[in-house]
Amino acid sequence: MANYTEDDLAKELKDQEYKFGFVSDIDTDTIPIGLNEDIVRLISSKKEEPQWMLDYRLNALAIWSTMKEPSWAHVKYKKPDFQAIAYYSAPKQTKKYESWDDVDPEMKATMTKLGISMVEQQRLTGVAVDFVMDSVSVATSFKEKLGELGIIFCSFSDAVQNHPELVKKYMGTVIPTQDNYYATLNAAVFTDGSFCYIPKGVRCPMELSTYFRINAGGTGQFERTLVIADEGSYVSYLEGCTAPQRDENQLHAAVVELIALENAEIKYSTVQNWYPGDKNGLGGIFNFVTKRGICEKNAKISWTQVETGSAVTWKYPSCILKGDNSVGEFYSVAVTNNYQQADTGTKMIHLGKNTKSTIISKGISAGKSQNSYRGLVQIHKNAHNARNFSQCDSLLMSSECGAHTFPYIECKNSTAKIEHEATTSKIGEDQLFYCKQRGISEEKAIGLIVNGYCKEVLNQLPMEFAVEAQKLLTISLEGSVG
Amino acid sequence: MITIKDLHASIEGKPILKGLNLTVKAGEVHAIMGPNGAGKSTLASVLAGREEYEITQGDINFNGVDLLSLSVEERAREGLFLAFQYPVEIPGVSNINFLRTALNEIREHKGEKGISAKDFMSLVREKSALVELDSKLSSRSVNEGFSGGEKKRNEIFQMAMLNPKLSILDETDSGLDIDALRIVANGVNQLKTDQNATIIITHYQRLLDYIIPDFVHVLYDGKIVKSGGKELALELEEKGYDWIKNNTPN
Repeated sequence: MANYTEDDLAKELKDQEYKFGFVSDIDTDTIPIGLNEDIVRLISSKKEEPQWMLDYRLNALAIWSTMKEPSWAHVKYKKPDFQAIAYYSAPKQTKKYESWDDVDPEMKATMTKLGISMVEQQRLTGVAVDFVMDSVSVATSFKEKLGELGIIFCSFSDAVQNHPELVKKYMGTVIPTQDNYYATLNAAVFTDGSFCYIPKGVRCPMELSTYFRINAGGTGQFERTLVIADEGSYVSYLEGCTAPQRDENQLHAAVVELIALENAEIKYSTVQNWYPGDKNGLGGIFNFVTKRGICEKNAKISWTQVETGSAVTWKYPSCILKGDNSVGEFYSVAVTNNYQQADTGTKMIHLGKNTKSTIISKGISAGKSQNSYRGLVQIHKNAHNARNFSQCDSLLMSSECGAHTFPYIECKNSTAKIEHEATTSKIGEDQLFYCKQRGISEEKAIGLIVNGYCKEVLNQLPMEFAVEAQKLLTISLEGSVG
Repeated sequence: MITIKDLHASIEGKPILKGLNLTVKAGEVHAIMGPNGAGKSTLASVLAGREEYEITQGDINFNGVDLLSLSVEERAREGLFLAFQYPVEIPGVSNINFLRTALNEIREHKGEKGISAKDFMSLVREKSALVELDSKLSSRSVNEGFSGGEKKRNEIFQMAMLNPKLSILDETDSGLDIDALRIVANGVNQLKTDQNATIIITHYQRLLDYIIPDFVHVLYDGKIVKSGGKELALELEEKGYDWIKNNTPN
């Protein structure tokens, strides 16, 4: 791994555009590059996994090796060399962390720098955090307090060891192994992630959150998250992501599965701020993520995402509305600047009667970036009285960027109501002038206008996250009007 | 307050202002009248600092500072306010949040601390009453869904909140019915002190029935061709702008 020197620090301070671009000097245990059966076996053995888990992985690898990388998205990039990636990289630890005090000081420093202080958060904000660096979960807070309510919140690896019955029962039920190229790859090589189970009738008293961090170079991150909300339960889940500034492209291929059983509700919020590459489009994370949830009767899943990072984003958090009266929501803000490309949206699959879905997508493109909304609303033949409302707005900040909308609607039931609205606008010189004439600086004016434009989505985020997201939007778009 | 000397300004190479001179002192109200295309709105835009206009000659002294060297926001923070002819809508940004941001930028510029939420809200109540603006409007998005009259009243409300030294009212009377006109004028009159000044830009005389100017200037072809007291406005109304056109050598 790269040595972090004072020169690097000076350089970094000079270049404040992406403030999470630092690398932590933490010894890592990284396996050789390449992908084959031996590597998969090695990962599984490093994680001391049971045979069934290894079989699951090997099956996925066999399927993946017959698949082709998809090319339908409106993005252009050099395909990653899957044999040049190290699929497992973990911060070295001499012993298992028994308590917070055992955590490596450098690791603690990293968390503080990222604004996540596990200790402080326990005291002040009441947000339970699972911190995942590279391939492993480093620490999870609040475990005991949640445990009293029967809530399981732990790393995926812990869940495989300690709650195999739940993992076996639900893993791959929403996103099957053969689902798509990146999800299948993930099924073969995933290393860690978060696991969460809320028992029947329990309302989770705090926000659960996972912070994903890619630190090591030459690696990818393949995490898996599984959230199960049992009948009548409620949970709000937050996810944040950052990575160091590097000239190479790094791959992040995650899988998130949500299961909302009868009358349950899951709210899943993401603020994605992976390193987006530099001004000239060099480096940055390839963010190829599969997220999907299933709703049983009267259940509700709400996805909220603020996507500001990554060189290329390919992501469609979706809902399968299987049970009658179930509700799916998707609120998204996707910002692209410089040479970033995003192809993001959602799929709402209506199977049950009286199912309802709402899609609010706000795209903001600046620089030479390309920003696409791609969505599918599918009403199956038994989905009587299904309803969908979609609104896709695009805001253009420069004359060289692109905004695209690809809405697909498939309807097989004549009682369905589907509405779609779309707008495209350019950030007004007149709006900026108006703000400045009142004494407001250009930077603050852009912040106000953009945050106003995204308000419907930001309102869906938990308070603290919303504040962070607002700042992030402003930083991402600094000096981008032209 | 402000001294404009030999101001020449053009847009896309086309000269609009051609040697304009004007002096406004504290405590005064000046009206600038003129036919369409005379350069009235250009003057407002140039004073506020719109970048499309190129200043080719002249200078402007605003309370001892060189106005033309300041950016748009610096001019505003120094106390220059423009009530827009066509106020823009900013969806999703509440009027309150917008004004509080603006007020705090101005206060910070003066070296003052940000205003507390409590003080701010009582200021909002006091000033919105001045222009009979429904307090609900102040929590709505800036100008979004406002009627023409509400937008103009909102401009005067903002003026009251920001307490500028020099206010420029650009065609504030356009599109107003007689009741709204009276409310707007009433607001402006109440804000008048011997410390501030107002420039009213208008095509018609009727606003001047409500806001009595100390001086009236006629702008024609980029220059002030005639100045006088409030009676000049009436004379102009009676004789029409052709009177000016026919008496101005080209």
